[in-house]
Amino acid sequence: MAQKTAARHAEKFPTPAKIAITLRVNGVDHQLELAPWTTLLDALRDHLDLTGTKKGCDHGQCGACTVLADGRRINSCLALAVMKDGAAITTIEGLAQGSTLHALQQAFIEHDAFQCGYCTPGQICSAAGLIAEGRAATADEIRELMSGNICRCGAYPNILAAIESVLARGGTAASETNGEAGR
Amino acid sequence: MIGFAYSRATDVADAVRQIAADPGARFIAGGTNLIDLMKEEVARPTRLIDISRLPLTDVETTSDGGLRIGALVPNSDLAYHPEVEKRYPLLASALLAGASAQLRNMASTGGNLMQRTRCYYFYDVATPCNKREPGSGCAAMGGVNRIHAILGTSEHCIATHPSDMCVALAALDARVRVSDSSGERTIAFASFHRLPGNEPERDTTLHPNEIITAVELPAKGFAANYSYLKIRDRLSYAFALVSVAVALEMAGDTIKEARLALGGVAHKPWRDRDAEDALEGKPATAENFTRAAATLLRGARGFGGNDFKIPLAHRAIVRALGQAARGTPQSQSDKRIA
Repeated sequence: MAQKTAARHAEKFPTPAKIAITLRVNGVDHQLELAPWTTLLDALRDHLDLTGTKKGCDHGQCGACTVLADGRRINSCLALAVMKDGAAITTIEGLAQGSTLHALQQAFIEHDAFQCGYCTPGQICSAAGLIAEGRAATADEIRELMSGNICRCGAYPNILAAIESVLARGGTAASETNGEAGR
Repeated sequence: MIGFAYSRATDVADAVRQIAADPGARFIAGGTNLIDLMKEEVARPTRLIDISRLPLTDVETTSDGGLRIGALVPNSDLAYHPEVEKRYPLLASALLAGASAQLRNMASTGGNLMQRTRCYYFYDVATPCNKREPGSGCAAMGGVNRIHAILGTSEHCIATHPSDMCVALAALDARVRVSDSSGERTIAFASFHRLPGNEPERDTTLHPNEIITAVELPAKGFAANYSYLKIRDRLSYAFALVSVAVALEMAGDTIKEARLALGGVAHKPWRDRDAEDALEGKPATAENFTRAAATLLRGARGFGGNDFKIPLAHRAIVRALGQAARGTPQSQSDKRIA
């Protein structure tokens, strides 16, 4: 049924032209020509080869695709790339400074905050957003404000411990390692 | 997603001109619901008109002492806005009970009003659904209907409105400012969303080419005695099975004014003036709360899977009224229900 609808639709409406946009990703400007239905997630993974950002559910229910857009954490699977024209995007690839890991990356390793690792880039970008927002002080508040990131391995206690440890050190926010992440 | 054209609106006038020119066009702001619906091919717009850059992002005090919230204020910014935290904590609490931090960063105030039901059958294009395909039938009525409505249903649709924010806005008597090419008008919140009746495909009373520009709150925010109690299958990041927004004005132990709205139980936030009348001028006692709950739930009807919602809603109303009367609102991070 959906296929038939699509065929009818294609007949009636010619494929719209691609749209030229600029995305500043991890501090580097990229000129892209994208179909309007390209999500930010697909633009990052398929057009810029930044596959650190993961596609989990592709419906905004799991958080694996979390990135920072102009310093705010968002689900990149529910954002159209053309709507982010001109935005500064920070992905997991943009958090480390050279060979020095971001405080959250280091803390996730120290606290064994993952098993399979698939949700980890989203967890870390989300935690960077959480620290920049400055709304979480207690464990309950961290749990609540990290609820948009699902971990099917169930590493939650260690994820919580990792984030708590960074917050306890004064929350080395993403802004300190990447100028765009903490705006 | 099916292909579509994309254009940006330069101002509100341009937005309403663009939408009037293309019957298949839809506005997009945060996109958190629309893009999802487009991926499922439930929504099939031929053009998206991007309104996300319009200057509708201010939160400002109005001449009558209320608050005017631009339609593009993100849910997170609204929840943490100092005036909302201080004067309308019921709204802040409801916002923080909804979705996730990421989604709240994306979702807009106007878009929150426009989100569609999360009925599984509405989303599944292989099943009949009168809301998605008028006249095709309702698969929920004889199907899995655990999350469905118990109040205000029709023989055509038992879907619920999924918003938390809107339940608080209903309790606070908000107003919705809308525009089209013929000018502006104001819609009372109670009249913005509609019951399914014979036209479940229509969620709201918005005209086809209108745009929401703002949501206005009256001056009275009930900051001292309120609670937003949300009951769901997991403690966070889930839609309400039942939610209760309570706003009270207390004079000692007596309830001077009461507002009571339910979420997760109907096609729109559910209010009943009689339930509020039953509380006003009365002492804040369990007996009076029970009577108000019974009044608010009169006519409630289950469809098998959601029968449990009737006693659940009853208990949640009584509990939320107690929280509000005591001045101990439900926390959205400490999940214990006081």
